[in-house]
Amino acid sequence: MDLTLKVWRQKDKNSPGQMVTYPVKGISPDMSFLEMLDVLNEDLLVRGEEPIAFDHDCREGICGMCSLFINGRAHGPESGTTTCQLHMRHFSDGETITIEPWRAAAFPVHKDLVVDRSAFDRIQQAGGYISVNTGGVPDANEIPIPKTIADKAFDAATCIQCGACVAACKNASAMLFVSAKVSQLALLPQGQAERKSRVENMVAQMDIEGFGSCTNIGSCAAECPVGISLENIAMLRREFISAKATSENLV
Amino acid sequence: MILDSKIPEGPLAEKWDKHKFDVKLVNPANKRKYDIIVVGTGLAGASAAATFGELGYNVKAFCFQDSPRRAHSIAAQGGINAAKNYQNDGDSVFRLFYDTIKGGDYRAREANVYRLAQVSVNIIDQCVAQGVPFAREYGGLLANRSFGGAQVSRTFYARGQTGQQLLLGAYSALNRQIAYGKVKMYPRTEMLDLVIVNGQARGIVVRNLITGQIESHSAHAVVLATGGYGNVFFLSTNAMGSNATAAWRAHKKGAFFANPCFTQIHPTCIPVSGEYQSKLTLMSESLRNDGRVWVPKTKEIAEKLRRGDIKVSDIAEADRDYYLERKYPAFGNLVPRDVASRNAKLVCDEGRGVGSTGLAVYLDFADAIKRDGQAAIAAKYGNLFEMYAKITDENPYERPMRIYPAVHYTMGGLWVDYNLMTNIPGLYAAGEANFSDHGANRLGASALMQGLADGYFVLPYTIGDYLARLPYDKVPVDHPAFKEAEQAVISKNNELLSIKGTRTVDDFHKALGQIMWNYCGMARNAEGLKFAKQEIRKLRDEFWRDVKVTGVNEELNQTLEKANRVADFLELGELMVDDALNRNESCGGHFREEYQTPENEALRDDENYTYVAAWEFTGVGNEPKLHKEELKFENVKLTQRSYK
Repeated sequence: MDLTLKVWRQKDKNSPGQMVTYPVKGISPDMSFLEMLDVLNEDLLVRGEEPIAFDHDCREGICGMCSLFINGRAHGPESGTTTCQLHMRHFSDGETITIEPWRAAAFPVHKDLVVDRSAFDRIQQAGGYISVNTGGVPDANEIPIPKTIADKAFDAATCIQCGACVAACKNASAMLFVSAKVSQLALLPQGQAERKSRVENMVAQMDIEGFGSCTNIGSCAAECPVGISLENIAMLRREFISAKATSENLV
Repeated sequence: MILDSKIPEGPLAEKWDKHKFDVKLVNPANKRKYDIIVVGTGLAGASAAATFGELGYNVKAFCFQDSPRRAHSIAAQGGINAAKNYQNDGDSVFRLFYDTIKGGDYRAREANVYRLAQVSVNIIDQCVAQGVPFAREYGGLLANRSFGGAQVSRTFYARGQTGQQLLLGAYSALNRQIAYGKVKMYPRTEMLDLVIVNGQARGIVVRNLITGQIESHSAHAVVLATGGYGNVFFLSTNAMGSNATAAWRAHKKGAFFANPCFTQIHPTCIPVSGEYQSKLTLMSESLRNDGRVWVPKTKEIAEKLRRGDIKVSDIAEADRDYYLERKYPAFGNLVPRDVASRNAKLVCDEGRGVGSTGLAVYLDFADAIKRDGQAAIAAKYGNLFEMYAKITDENPYERPMRIYPAVHYTMGGLWVDYNLMTNIPGLYAAGEANFSDHGANRLGASALMQGLADGYFVLPYTIGDYLARLPYDKVPVDHPAFKEAEQAVISKNNELLSIKGTRTVDDFHKALGQIMWNYCGMARNAEGLKFAKQEIRKLRDEFWRDVKVTGVNEELNQTLEKANRVADFLELGELMVDDALNRNESCGGHFREEYQTPENEALRDDENYTYVAAWEFTGVGNEPKLHKEELKFENVKLTQRSYK
């Protein structure tokens, strides 16, 4: 296939960026989207031009490092798919494809298509854990968890922290991401001790980072590559309201 | 130099407890006077950094990804072993130890492996306490499944994403320490050199991958938990960024590299489909619990199939060869990875392979779906089936998956003693970055176990023993040793940027990968290895003459990052070839064609090769120096591995 790519190029955080057009030729439908960019980058390098910087690592859809806003959609046109697992067979010969970085004030651009998602780490650091030191824990089977609860917690735990939910949201809200962790730990018996302070602290950090508000439109869940459900946001709200109503967070 | 493994005296089952009592302790109030650097934040690194922080040490943790949660441990699918015997099926610490030693073809260290089996039990407890959502039975207790090389169900799992869930557990423990200020995290930062002062590891030099700034960090001890080096082959199941640079540069500073030729080729990967391919994707070994591996019985049928004259469904049951079940009735499709890989290669070499290239075998779920129903299979492996469908555009519920072996895990790594310390005092290596626990072949579901064992339960004890003997004083980063290392890193980067040649970094990497796969891959022979050595040297010369690296150092420069890594792979590849040539036997992932039984099984030479080959660096292009650590087997008898 021959394609025309319109790609966002930006030297660094402080420089203005612009769309640049590149033709690419001879793309196989079996290539992944990132392999198609590899081909373009090899071509740019040979011509002595700077290759396009983009984030990627495992290329198995699990590390959450790849991003890309493709034709106006987070991770491209296929639902339930990360960019690294998106294949060129979903595009047609002669198509023009627009490629942009995640667009959110809380995710500033480092370069080209690479954005800074460290805000997510800081939200996790605000409480996305169970306070337990290594060693001195009970035998694993002393904490029985009904299968239905374990499965629900697992479903929430599958979030890969890629940021598609933020990119897809018109308000750049991080509610789906935060709700996934809050739900996972609120569902589990191990997570009860810090249940209230966790949700309060994580939501507070989310606001500090500059993510927008949730308006229940649901584009986050629609574009989530691993199918994190909107139910988690409902649960986050319940958790937050009940924590606030009985606040133990005295700070 | 004599390699002292520091294995404690006494009976196997008591060594670790006795050692834990014998190690020196650091008074809790004094722990804050010591700084520890951890490079890499996968299962081994994140768990170690978090635990050091909990104990009270000051920790600096580094990773090249944008977040520690992206380390490649995240991609592990199938599970983690532990000798819990919850199933009451005869498991025990000794059995897990025995299976691991045997699975590794008797080239691992008894004491380390026994300790691994012992602490495996604590790992599951720890992870559950952290909220890792393992699979559960309806009664609320933990579920188990079985993995290759074992006849008991001891593998704990979280659907097909066990690695992700375990890593998130360790990442959350790490986050807690970051929030407390005990761990300072440096993401998007790559270690480019090790700094040694008075013979002790005292710090590292790193490049900030965003600004290009070269920085030094000083500490009392350095832990490398940087994963394996499978990306030397270019195509592998590793993440694209996985590299050997930190470990290799420590090797160039004097750390011995052990058993580099032991590469695990995993039998169940999605086959290569084209020239452009950038990586290979693994299908979990757990699939072989229910999937049956087969190829057509004859070359003629396979040819018809490849030409498209017939479809899979046209092949009668009688014309299918379930070769693993036929040859290894006791273990069947769950033979260890080296055995399954070698047999896949054998049937494809016979011309019975499937798929357009003929380099694939079938992994068939038809019987399992008939037996348990599609819903049951989907519940067990659903995400793996989806992943397969996405990549291949084929529905694995309707037609069998095509799989072929691919480079997966490297059992070699930096040489370490029982304390996980390298031969450089103060430099430790954990997880896949060290060599000690898997011998010549790693059994399934044991990499996660080793990473977490090292990080949660081994290093936190042993590192104190070293630090307790050390004064508190810190080495300032303007010490000449730091300045010298910084200068070397800067010069190397400048040299890479100034060559301005014609061939891209990936082009060299792919060429190296071809040489490694063809001559030092699933099967090796002396002639091929000698040829490969010359080819690698030629390629390396050409790299330093003709590589093209654009941009400058003082910016995010992914081409420069890659160039540094490939430059190191070009040196490491030659050492792998040297090691493979030195080991005149076949064992585990190292199959020398000259040494095989009449049934094409690996033929070990216990008389001459029951040792760890630890290589000392003597300069690029010089012959490395071999040091041997004899392996003593006092608790298991060395026998020909048989899975029949």
